[in-house]
Amino acid sequence: MADKDPNEPVPARTSVKPGIIAPGYTFASVTDKISHIVLRKGTSSGWLVGFGIAFVLVNMLFYSLGWLFVKGIGIWGVNAPVGWGFAIINFVWWIGIGHAGTLISAILLLLRQSWRTSINRFAEAMTLFAVASAGVFPLVHVGRPWLAYWLFPYPNTMSLWPQFRSPLLWDVFAVSTYALVSLLFWYVGLIPDLSTLRDRAGTNFARHTYGMLAMGWRGSARHWHRYETASLLLAGLATPLVVSVHTVVSFDFAVSVVPGWHSTIFPPYFVAGAIYAGFAMVITLAVPIRWAYNLEDFITMRHLQNMAKVMLAAGLIVGYGYMTEIFMAWYAENQYDAFMIKNRMTGPYAWAFWSLMLCNILAPQMLWFQKVRNTPLFLFGVALFVNVGMWLERFVIVVTSLHRDYLPSSWGMYYPTRWDISTYIGSMGLFVALLFLFLRVLPMISIFEMRTLLPEAEVKD
Amino acid sequence: MSDHHDELIQITAGGGKLAPPAAEKPRLELKDVQARLASAQGPRYWRSLEELSNSEGFSEMLEREFPNQAGSWLDPVGRRGFLKLMGASLALAGLTACTKMPEEAIVPYVKQPEDLVPGKPKFYATAMPFAGAATPVLVESNMYRPTKVEGNPQHPMSMGAADPFAQASILGLYDPDRSQTLSYLGETRTWGNFLGAIRAPMNAQKGMQGAGLRFLTETSTSPSLAAQIGALLKAYPQAKWYSYDPVNRDAARAGSKAAFGQYVDAHYHLEAADVVLSLDADFLSGAQFPGFLRCSRDFMARRKMEQGVKMNRLYVVESTPSTTGAKADHRLPLRASDIETFARDLSAAVTGTPAAAGAGGDARAQFIAAVARDLQQSRGASVVIPGELQTAAVHALAHSINQALGNAGKTVMYTEPVEVNPGEQTARLRELVDDLNANKVNILVMLGGNPVYNAPADFNFEQAIRKVEVSVHLSLYHDETSRLSQWHIPEAHYLESWSDARAQDGSVTIIQPLIEPLYQGKTAHEVVGAFSDQPGVNSYDLLQAYWKAQPGAGDFDGFWRRSLHDGFVSSTVLPFKNISAKADSGSASPANGAPAAAAGGLEIIFRPDPTIYDGRFNNNGWLQELPKPLTKLTWDNAVLISPALASARKLENRDVVEVELQGRKVKGAIFILPGQAENSVTLHLGYGRTKTGRTGANTGFSAYTLRTSAAPYFAGDATLAKTGDEYLLASTQSHNLIDNKRSLTGEEAEHRDLIRVASVEEFEKNPGFAHEHSEEIPRDLTLYPNYEYTENKWGMAIDLNSCVGCNACVVACQSENNIAVVGKEQVDLGRALHWIRVDTYFEGHDLANPATHFQPLPCMQCENAPCEPVCPVGATVHTTEGLNTMVYNRCVGTRYCSNNCPYKVRHFNFLLYSDYETPSLKLMRNPEVTVRSRGVMEKCTYCLQRITAGRIASEKENRPVRDGEIVTACQQTCPTSAITFGNMNDPESKVSKLKAGARNYSLLADVNTRPRTTYIAGVRNPNPELEAAAKA
Repeated sequence: MADKDPNEPVPARTSVKPGIIAPGYTFASVTDKISHIVLRKGTSSGWLVGFGIAFVLVNMLFYSLGWLFVKGIGIWGVNAPVGWGFAIINFVWWIGIGHAGTLISAILLLLRQSWRTSINRFAEAMTLFAVASAGVFPLVHVGRPWLAYWLFPYPNTMSLWPQFRSPLLWDVFAVSTYALVSLLFWYVGLIPDLSTLRDRAGTNFARHTYGMLAMGWRGSARHWHRYETASLLLAGLATPLVVSVHTVVSFDFAVSVVPGWHSTIFPPYFVAGAIYAGFAMVITLAVPIRWAYNLEDFITMRHLQNMAKVMLAAGLIVGYGYMTEIFMAWYAENQYDAFMIKNRMTGPYAWAFWSLMLCNILAPQMLWFQKVRNTPLFLFGVALFVNVGMWLERFVIVVTSLHRDYLPSSWGMYYPTRWDISTYIGSMGLFVALLFLFLRVLPMISIFEMRTLLPEAEVKD
Repeated sequence: MSDHHDELIQITAGGGKLAPPAAEKPRLELKDVQARLASAQGPRYWRSLEELSNSEGFSEMLEREFPNQAGSWLDPVGRRGFLKLMGASLALAGLTACTKMPEEAIVPYVKQPEDLVPGKPKFYATAMPFAGAATPVLVESNMYRPTKVEGNPQHPMSMGAADPFAQASILGLYDPDRSQTLSYLGETRTWGNFLGAIRAPMNAQKGMQGAGLRFLTETSTSPSLAAQIGALLKAYPQAKWYSYDPVNRDAARAGSKAAFGQYVDAHYHLEAADVVLSLDADFLSGAQFPGFLRCSRDFMARRKMEQGVKMNRLYVVESTPSTTGAKADHRLPLRASDIETFARDLSAAVTGTPAAAGAGGDARAQFIAAVARDLQQSRGASVVIPGELQTAAVHALAHSINQALGNAGKTVMYTEPVEVNPGEQTARLRELVDDLNANKVNILVMLGGNPVYNAPADFNFEQAIRKVEVSVHLSLYHDETSRLSQWHIPEAHYLESWSDARAQDGSVTIIQPLIEPLYQGKTAHEVVGAFSDQPGVNSYDLLQAYWKAQPGAGDFDGFWRRSLHDGFVSSTVLPFKNISAKADSGSASPANGAPAAAAGGLEIIFRPDPTIYDGRFNNNGWLQELPKPLTKLTWDNAVLISPALASARKLENRDVVEVELQGRKVKGAIFILPGQAENSVTLHLGYGRTKTGRTGANTGFSAYTLRTSAAPYFAGDATLAKTGDEYLLASTQSHNLIDNKRSLTGEEAEHRDLIRVASVEEFEKNPGFAHEHSEEIPRDLTLYPNYEYTENKWGMAIDLNSCVGCNACVVACQSENNIAVVGKEQVDLGRALHWIRVDTYFEGHDLANPATHFQPLPCMQCENAPCEPVCPVGATVHTTEGLNTMVYNRCVGTRYCSNNCPYKVRHFNFLLYSDYETPSLKLMRNPEVTVRSRGVMEKCTYCLQRITAGRIASEKENRPVRDGEIVTACQQTCPTSAITFGNMNDPESKVSKLKAGARNYSLLADVNTRPRTTYIAGVRNPNPELEAAAKA
């Protein structure tokens, strides 16, 4: 490891694009910079405030859920035509957000996209926390949550067995598998870095904790060999899941007979939507984090640009999905679908539909401009629009389809109650709180993978 | 006779046998009991009649049971003795723990089990006295608890049907808010106290010949009560008896006096009528038309499109939309005050030359001409029905038109009035109020009724009643009148009472109790008895004495048992009178007393509420939550206005307005009702109670505050002033989707072909009209194999032609299936639980006079049920007989099934709606049906418990289930037999035949749910003449 002057400029890989790591870093400086945040920087006041707010929101979530268990699902705004409300909207939204992590870590790994390196760790963490936030909802949204375990096929003396034709059951498997594989993938990827932290830890407690988590990693060639194999295998396992999870989630809707749900476009359009939402959330998180922790050198403009492009592409697919839905409603001459589209556009929830169009179709068109892609603040703004838009998309799908379905006599309206809102905001609190904890105790960027990006790591024959 | 009476006596006798053989158990002396009860020193709580009678045998038995000297226990107890003691204590424990059965004989209907078989209900015939005519009912009793009220199938005025009021009366019985104690000035007293307290004033009355004694009852049809009061009036010749109901038949009485010179009741034989004209008569709704059950059955019998039955034609001229108007072939909305003029013009057209009549050219003149022609062409087979709430002149005119058309004696019959104290009640009540104000009244006895709340506002009854020396109010609830009366006596519910009452045809039903009074309530007989010379009299003895004295009761025991069993006393139907109306009675009758609204002014129409009537059912949750047929409002009344008035005044639903009428004001929320006559405002009575139970508190506003004796049913020149406030009105159906003079729900219903209707002419040309636009998907187009049904395959057919939207099925279902009441806020959120609902759609672009359709919606029990595959825990499954059943204890409540149900007939317990706390409500529930807890989906089961009972019965006899053996609760009660249920595997069953008919269609067939509840398309019979005019 030859010591170089860190100030000496290193030629960028390409002359036009910004690099995926700023010039001038060495193995040591990369390791220092990332592990410093966890081990040396200490708990900053900014972190404390941020975590404090999130923690209050987590408590609000638990309070809301407590009241829900005491009183019943009726404290929410769900009713007879609209049997699913915020809970399912939030569930689908969070699951969608959770998509980017696995996509970045698994698919981009298999495609050998080296720019994924600096964002994959926290994208995966985000996935896990999003899945955790999502996972709250299907459990608590049932009428008798204390019996939600009946959805699992387990041997019992009650002769109970799940009903496997129900997409909700497929959901149980899809989401739990996804959560499990994501967790494994993330943890396996963490092991070499955990050992780095163990070696550098200042306190006994930290050394022991990281040591246990590192599972005896010593960095031997055999370790590395096994690590590479495991990580490729997991990537291979996770790749179909990226497609399957949201496909299965979309089946919840597509398998039903509700106009606006019953549509074969749903699986691909949901997957595209999930990627869209996931990348938007990664940008939403990356921009403030790289600013707060001075990581502009590692999460460079190149990353932001790439993610912006993926987001734009996914957004166009989603937009295509919307258009197809509208087209099919007209082309199929199905009066229920035709009414459904008309009702979406002009009915009492038209505001949601048009806001959705603004957020998900119009706003990302800004990404065609390089100026926008090159300005983190703009990108952040567009990503926020997409986050809101993707939530609205689920609102439109769930609520406006249900509220006026087949028989006009049973039409109704859905209004969320304060408990709906507090549970939703509480779930965001849970997500953010977990994220804050993650930033504080684990390396948010993969140290060892970052090192491979350095010129020193290039293998020369 | 093995009925309750005998069994009960046996149980007590069993206890008595414990006494040493030497001490023969003495006969229970009722006289002793009464004496003890009557005396002020009597014990207030008692365990059994024996204790009360304080007979020697009982004391002895008691001592044996609960010995004072434990020493006797030291004696070795023999095995036999021990068993005897145990048996006796068990019997006694049962006796004291359970609600006691009445001691008098009541006779079970049809089934006479040797002994009580747990789980086997018994049925008793009785009648519910209601607004001037009794509703004959059959009451199901489970283990001595009445649990369900149905119509009496043997009674010609019910034929098995019961209206919502009668069915919901079971909840009234168990209402925990019922008055439970006798009170004097608000303090609890005993019956003995009461008897003692009225002695002195009554003795004073003796000297005055009862000049200061007044009785005020509701409209009564009880011959025995009449005889009892009659005897009392004989003893006190100056005493007076008044009857008052806020919704009464004064106009009919005055009209019949004008036409015939005497009070008569008109009975309409609609099965014989080809043409029916209703002048604001709502004869197809339960709320205000006596004999509605029979009227609707007879009327609809002519609309079943059966071979050889000519379809009738209905014209309705009405002020406020009603279910009758909804079923009309031609409906003309007119202000209530214009109907009298309409009747005069029609009378002229019918009696004059028809050609001259149609000259006017406007819609109304055309209508009159066409109706007149139609009526004339159906002489002797037509009928004009005047509205009970119209003027006397309208009645008189109707009588003379019917006379002129030769209908009298054919489609309309006249009898003596069914009520025992007929008269013009409002005018007579004024007499009472004047006497009260003049301090001429010393004792006022009010048997039922709530005049403080519902007497005309100008009478100021609230002030008048304070002037009386002794006021006594017998009432089910401690209400507004009870509060201002000195004595309040809790009334025995009719299911706790012995009495008798006449149905609309005059036939008398002996009212027999099904349960001992829950709260020591008294009957009117007993209270009247308290004022007579035998204060201890009980209604049972009195009733028997009365009927023993009647001719025709030769073999009294046989007569009594037969009458109780059948639910009516034979040959008590009132004979028809052969009388004819004076030809000029209409024109000669006094003109409408109510000031007609000036052309531009607003008219107020007062109507009894379709669900809580005049306020007497105000505390009944089932009726409060029952959606009113056209507005679908629950828990409130509203200021009903026409869409035109709404747009002119810029009013919207839920806007609070102040209605002012002759200086009296009331605030209410607006509800826009298509079909309401322009410039008229309808207010339903019965709400805005100031003293009622927990259920009825804070609901609606009291329209009585505007109502005067001069204008009881409509009044002119009212004003509406917007207050700027809003008030939540909970409607179960989004009728407020009225926009740009069109009804969005109605239009979409039309696009979707939910309601299929044709005219007779169209139907004859094209019998398959119901299938013209629908896409029906081939049966084998399904991923899963079709179900095979080897034995039974249940199905239901609902005749849209017959459904009058009366809601009887909704309450029947609620009672049968223990459906919880959710409350106003939950209804507004769309969480009402009714397993069957009646959808109402307005058709056409003319919101001033739209066609209205009703569609009852139970579960469709789809063959390809969308609910079944989506349940992740298999809580909703297909049975071997084709039903989609809910397994409540398997349901975790994902609500996916409800989302996926195209008919939205699944209902979810979002909160804990069932009352698990109130003990009396537990008694009420059907033991065959699970009470659902929170978080569970529920839905129509086709009354699975009834199906199972029928199947078990058939299996015992090793035969298939007979057609018609199993009836669902909704089908059982339907007054027009619109609902048919049966086995679709049996080609001979009624339901199979209906389903094979051309008019049978499935709702949303194109979704390929293959529902087994299907609909029989409607057929209307419009007058071609008017039809052509409407098109031109």
